[in-house]
Amino acid sequence: MASEITTSEYIKHHLTNAKMCTADGGIAFNKACADAGFWTWHVDTLAWSIGLGILFLWYFRSVAKKATTGVPTKTQAFVELVVDFVNDNVVSTFHGRSALIAPLSLTIFVWVLLMNLMDLVPVDVLPSIAGLIGQYGFGMDPHDVYMKAVPTTDLNLTFALAIGVFFLIIFYSIKMKGVGGFMKELTMQPFGHWAFIPVNFILETVTLLARPLSLALRLFGNLYASELIFILIATLGLWQLPLHFPWAVFHILVLPLQAFIFMMLTIVYLSLASEDH
Amino acid sequence: MNINATLIGQLIAFAVFVWFCMKFVWPPLMEAIEKRQKDIADGLAKSERGQKELELAQEKATEQLKEAKTQAAEIIEQAKKRASQIVDEETQRGHTEREKIVAQGQAEIEAERNRAKEELRKQVAALAVVGAEKILAREIDAAAQSDIVEKLVAEL
Repeated sequence: MASEITTSEYIKHHLTNAKMCTADGGIAFNKACADAGFWTWHVDTLAWSIGLGILFLWYFRSVAKKATTGVPTKTQAFVELVVDFVNDNVVSTFHGRSALIAPLSLTIFVWVLLMNLMDLVPVDVLPSIAGLIGQYGFGMDPHDVYMKAVPTTDLNLTFALAIGVFFLIIFYSIKMKGVGGFMKELTMQPFGHWAFIPVNFILETVTLLARPLSLALRLFGNLYASELIFILIATLGLWQLPLHFPWAVFHILVLPLQAFIFMMLTIVYLSLASEDH
Repeated sequence: MNINATLIGQLIAFAVFVWFCMKFVWPPLMEAIEKRQKDIADGLAKSERGQKELELAQEKATEQLKEAKTQAAEIIEQAKKRASQIVDEETQRGHTEREKIVAQGQAEIEAERNRAKEELRKQVAALAVVGAEKILAREIDAAAQSDIVEKLVAEL
């Protein structure tokens, strides 16, 4: 593939999302969406993430429906292992009772992990398949067919997760401390004097906003960088073979770790939000 | 940056996934896990209780065995005592019996001897009388000398 196009074009092609938007009253794709602005949809991100989310929920739901309290099947044991792992982390970090935190953490962990694992699919496989389908199914130029298969390399997705968590942080802060308590926390810390209210407010707001921002950017940054390196390795011709393997092995560690960090920080932020200082 | 409407879609998807997980995935799994944990804990407690009961029963059995042994020893002891007592009594009775029999025998012998003596005395007297009669037949009347004969008989 790299023979027909330059390396930078190849990399750019791999790092561009498939876009969809409405233009001139109809649905338009990719380059036609250059002017669509905000109302553009990354169909590949949406499709892969929702597909993987449904895969996760379907798999866990099918196990949950058949869950026996007796001797579990191997599938059930595996699912329970994951559930128990998440539950242990939630219980040890989040003090207090909440029916939401644990399922939220499970969803984040498994969903993000599944999306991260798309990183291990060789970088050319899915774009090539999508290119072939576009070429022979819809008569498109394969270079105009984009397929970015790792949803967590899309800022939209990581920000969506982080903003979801951010809403929950605010919700829990207000639920546990009341609006007044939350306002007081924003204005009377770290300096407990009325004269410092503006300073406190700036400091606390930055602290508050830094949480979702760091969540989103950490996940995005790690995955984007690792995907970029995979693509760079793929441009090396024969040399990619010895290099691709250690990089992939390294990501067996990195990908679950990023999912775990996202989950763990979510729990920590929510437990901070629901505790009085 | 590339922020666009995808963000909204992802937010909705995220919310729906979390809601679904909270409603349909987490509770049954957690329930199964907790139920099993409880079952296992109960089973362990039960087995521990059984173990304790077994120990108790063993202790009791040992105690009962010991008691039985003591009782058996006591009974044997008593039996021995009784046996020796019986032997003693029997011996005693034997002795008395023998003495009685011996005494009876002796009395009988004595009586027999006295009778024999009497008989003998009578016969000797008669014999003496016959002898004397025969001697004196030629010389004296038996009746006249009977006082001498009787004196002789008394000396026997």
